[in-house]
Amino acid sequence: MHELSIIAGLFDTLQEKARTHKAREITLVRLIVGKLSGVVPDLLESAFDAYKKGTIAENARLEIEEVPLKTRCRACGAEVRKEDFDIICAACGSKDLEILQGADLILERIELNIDEPESPISS
Amino acid sequence: MKKKELIVLQDLLGTNKKIAATIRGELGERGILAVNFMSSPGAGKTSLLERIAERLQATAKIAVIEGDIETERDAERIRAIGVPAWQITTGGACHLEAKMIGKVLPSVDAGIDFLFIENVGNLVCPASYELGEHLRCVLLSTPEGDDKPKKYPKAFTTSDCLVLTKVDLLPYLPFDIEKVKKEALGLNPRLKIFVTSAVTGLGVDDLIGYFRSARQELKDRHA
Repeated sequence: MHELSIIAGLFDTLQEKARTHKAREITLVRLIVGKLSGVVPDLLESAFDAYKKGTIAENARLEIEEVPLKTRCRACGAEVRKEDFDIICAACGSKDLEILQGADLILERIELNIDEPESPISS
Repeated sequence: MKKKELIVLQDLLGTNKKIAATIRGELGERGILAVNFMSSPGAGKTSLLERIAERLQATAKIAVIEGDIETERDAERIRAIGVPAWQITTGGACHLEAKMIGKVLPSVDAGIDFLFIENVGNLVCPASYELGEHLRCVLLSTPEGDDKPKKYPKAFTTSDCLVLTKVDLLPYLPFDIEKVKKEALGLNPRLKIFVTSAVTGLGVDDLIGYFRSARQELKDRHA
């Protein structure tokens, strides 16, 4: 259950982005969770809900996109989407596969509410 | 008020990876091979480390960092055989992180040859955190059962070697070594597999040999 420490790290990033962009609040947080990332989306959600109170993202919606494992074979070049974790090429049987997607946990994008500067009065 | 969308595309484990890369580089420059031991609780990490340390300390300088939720027990066991050991107690966290290692390193003798890190007993979370190690070893003990690699794939796909422990118990257990080897290699064909017993000492010298050649390669890379 390391989701809470991941969420703590996420909130450090969120605070920093909010400061840089002078945001009043964060309304959406979108994560991409790979099937092989070692992270459980449900636990991420619980940790996010527990952590967000009193922060700049208190009212933010959390969206999680789960992505499957995708590999490319270094021997025959076949790109395969895998449901299982076997690292063996389904096309040629080679064991020399490169993971293209599905091993990461990525903060994809956020939406912020920003105070608009007073627009200059034009005559 | 204006709505703004911000594309971030940031790896959330990125901070840990960065600290780990710095540690890996610094240790590598000093010729110190760092090894991260991961397994479920009770798989025999400390016992195996004791056997390794007893044999290796005659010809090499080693140090051990122990990770546990509570107590100094493991570090005390290592110190009892004359090897310097540091205990990190995480106070509840289920894995070690690179920054915890970074805090301990300044007090570790800079002239050592090997640094062994024993992670918190857990076959899940530690796999997501690099600690700055050059080699990652996952241990699987025979009483745990031979069905574990596919159930806990990340520990096996991210490791360099698999150490089967407590094989002296094989006569009493329905544990199929060949099945485990096949399943683990199916997940990760690059795994080196060692069959060991901390009671009889089986396989300990092979493992030490593996660590020695990994250290030689590390030194050649940094030469």
